[in-house]
Amino acid sequence: MDLNEFITAFAGEFEETDSSVFTPQTKYKDLEEWGSLTALSIITMVDAEIGKTLTGADLRACDTIEQLYILIQNK
Amino acid sequence: MYNPFSLEGKTILVTGASSGIGKAVSVTCSKMGARIIATGRDEARLEETMTLFEGNGHKSLAFDLTSEIPDELLTEIPSLNGIVHCAGISEIKMLRAITPNLLDKVMSTNFNGPVNLNNLLIQSKKVNKGGSIVFVSSISGSVATQIGEAAYAASKSAIIGYTKAAALELASRNIRINCILPGIIETPLLQTCINTFSEEEVTALKKKYPLRRFGQPEEVAHAVIFLLSEASSFITGSSIIIDGGFSIS
Repeated sequence: MDLNEFITAFAGEFEETDSSVFTPQTKYKDLEEWGSLTALSIITMVDAEIGKTLTGADLRACDTIEQLYILIQNK
Repeated sequence: MYNPFSLEGKTILVTGASSGIGKAVSVTCSKMGARIIATGRDEARLEETMTLFEGNGHKSLAFDLTSEIPDELLTEIPSLNGIVHCAGISEIKMLRAITPNLLDKVMSTNFNGPVNLNNLLIQSKKVNKGGSIVFVSSISGSVATQIGEAAYAASKSAIIGYTKAAALELASRNIRINCILPGIIETPLLQTCINTFSEEEVTALKKKYPLRRFGQPEEVAHAVIFLLSEASSFITGSSIIIDGGFSIS
């Protein structure tokens, strides 16, 4: 999955946030909709689509979607 | 000395005895004078737990609760005055990630396995009259729960229903059966769940507990001792919440 596909998949986990908001530089934890539900949704998406286990600590360690993507690639 | 909480002379079988709540239950029950039949999947971990027991005559039996229990194993289980069903797992998964296999795994470990074992021990007349059975359920499902706990909550709620019907049937033999409903307890199982959430979320969750902390396994074990002892002789079919006040806040 390349970065753009990851951003699309990431955006897909949000119910109320417009997809145009999501860029590589988006600080996902600053989004209004970010919370325990969206966090768990992202963990579930990464497990299902990429086959890797993302943790709460991983989400905390990164700021931008691109940083998260790189972390996942390196897992 | 007057002590209605004593377990002297009682033989208690504990499942999930090598870790977490089961370990605390088996160790503290031994300190109250019980002879412990410690069961779990891993013989080495059971042996390690048994080094913490006080008193003599304890025994370990390693078997998988989700598999059929062979007759040879059943004959190794002596007459019991109590059973404590502590074995259990948790899987934090959103609804769409709860596959049929995952649901089977959670339900068989947390419900089918313990219930099948309990029914077998009753049927084989292993539990003496006046005995006491305790199931570790949870506040999750029947009282309050979290996103991701649907399978776990279902399995723990199912236990409560079973216990109530079983209590009615077992009353004629003066065998009592009750549940304890812990909130979040500091155990290895909690550690596996914590990895899914962030440290901030864990800290925020602790603040929701009126007692401002999660529970310790020994605090759950003390309630189990009460239910196993003569001190609770008029209590059956009930649930004791051990959650630091979480569910009332």
